[in-house]
Amino acid sequence: MNRTQKQSRFAIACLKMVAGFVVLILAFLIGYIFITGLPNVSWHFLTSPAKAFNAGGGIGIQLFNSFYLLVLAMLISLPIALGAAIYLNEYAKDNWFTSTIKTAIEILSSLPSVVVGLFGFLLFVVQFNYGFSIISGALTLTIFNLPLLTRNIEDSLANVSDDQRQGGLGLGLSKYETIIHIVVPASLPGIISGIILCSGRVFGEAAALIYTAGQSAPALNFADWNPFNIDSPLSPLRPAETLAVHIWKINSEGIMPDLTQVSSGAAAVLVLAILIFNLSARFIGRKVFERMTSVK
Amino acid sequence: MQNQKLAKQLMKKSKTARYERFGRLLSLSALLLIMAIVLGIIVFVASKGLATFFKDGVSVKDFFTGTLWNPGTKTPSGHQAVGALPMIVGSFLVTILAALLSTPFAIGTAVYMTEISPKRGAKILQPVTELLVGIPSVVYGFIGLSVVVPFVRNTFGGSGFGILSGTFVLFVMILPTIVSMTVDALKGVPQFYRQASLALGATKWQTIWKVVLRAATPGILTAVVFGMARAFGEALAVQMVIGNAALMPQNLTSPASTLTSVLTAGMGNTVMGSMQNDALWSLALVLLVMSLFFNLVVHMIGRKGAFKK
Repeated sequence: MNRTQKQSRFAIACLKMVAGFVVLILAFLIGYIFITGLPNVSWHFLTSPAKAFNAGGGIGIQLFNSFYLLVLAMLISLPIALGAAIYLNEYAKDNWFTSTIKTAIEILSSLPSVVVGLFGFLLFVVQFNYGFSIISGALTLTIFNLPLLTRNIEDSLANVSDDQRQGGLGLGLSKYETIIHIVVPASLPGIISGIILCSGRVFGEAAALIYTAGQSAPALNFADWNPFNIDSPLSPLRPAETLAVHIWKINSEGIMPDLTQVSSGAAAVLVLAILIFNLSARFIGRKVFERMTSVK
Repeated sequence: MQNQKLAKQLMKKSKTARYERFGRLLSLSALLLIMAIVLGIIVFVASKGLATFFKDGVSVKDFFTGTLWNPGTKTPSGHQAVGALPMIVGSFLVTILAALLSTPFAIGTAVYMTEISPKRGAKILQPVTELLVGIPSVVYGFIGLSVVVPFVRNTFGGSGFGILSGTFVLFVMILPTIVSMTVDALKGVPQFYRQASLALGATKWQTIWKVVLRAATPGILTAVVFGMARAFGEALAVQMVIGNAALMPQNLTSPASTLTSVLTAGMGNTVMGSMQNDALWSLALVLLVMSLFFNLVVHMIGRKGAFKK
């Protein structure tokens, strides 16, 4: 074996060690979250309200708030993102206007979430006078979510082959009809995966919510589903601390005795939820595709 | 009469054409809404952030070079105590250190995943990095608080809160981001580059080092800049481990603060429109400008190094 071959062997061994080390870190991270967290997760933990001073509190309200905010934010952002993606992928010409808008979307997606949160605070909480509330939080999350969702949908629209569009146009449909009736359904598996992946990101977001959805979780009356009552779970004007905000909050100023257990349990639930989002994004996307194309 | 009616009907846009225009306008308005949001954010944050300088009369020089942060009071020398230097230094230190630390690891891992063992890379490392990119920052912060801070305290002394802990947390946080983007960059290098190099008698390592990595440099740089942007803008994970003392960092283990940590900790305790509040908005403006700067860098790299296929 000559010098260069030895060098090559050595370098590749080093690379393997680096990769091994990184795997070790990542495995430790995931292992740590689940091993310290999951023993604290029980049905009681998932459903009971948090306690500020005593041990034995749960994360029930926070968990509900997280999901409610996620659903609202998705309901608001999906039509906007879909419209924007349709325009970008189907109508936009390659000119300065399009490239300006693309740059704007990139800027929005790389803004620190705390800046988005502060903007939401300024606009929705102060200017529109919504206060710390679900609706302020959902609108802020929409801003946070829009750029990535738009890009995901745009990518899945771009993956639809041009034959489909030509087919639609050849049958005499207008361009918009072709898009709505042919291109969007054809890209549905990709769009659904994109939505679910974005959900994971929205679900774990905290910095954008601290000053918009607030840091308190008042008791809810789960028998009252009238959205106009302030203690109803559906009320859009009540403050709503989410799971991610809860972890941050109790670790920065919490005084309950079982702080570590609660936060490790909550962290495990959060990561588990994201894991489920990730896995189901692939699974559901594939299932929808099989269903629609009967390709197996 | 009949003809006129027919002519009118033919001159009018058909139902489909109107529907077409409606749909086009609808999707355009969604796009314009996003555009308006971006402009709105920039204008709002800038007007709020500049108020410190125009309304409260803080000089720009004091803001960027002063080391005393206590808005509303005066420094011993009679200037406004709005010195943001400690936070700016803190933000840049954690960002640069985290990027320096994670770049070699990320590139090594990405090379392993694409060049050395693509099968194992796709099977194990790919899904794991994907999951880790999605882990919320508060979870990183919590792990930092319960693992990294005690580790730093026992190994390096001090309270454990400080730049070093922040660096470690950000290192782990941006690692998956840089890895997955570097993998994309390496996969973008055409296969015949490798074949040509190997056919010339180069070893595997020479091919990786002299051909693949060189060809993928713009993509790798983009990945690192993205990682840095994420580190710079990260708020809660850093805020939980850095100690939150608005002081110039004495060493890597003394409590410090970043722009984001002061923002998250302080915004709730100030009154809108007060000087303390304006000063915080100025920090947000610095964050915004840095984010725009990172964007610009990515664009410049992209324009210079786009792959010609």
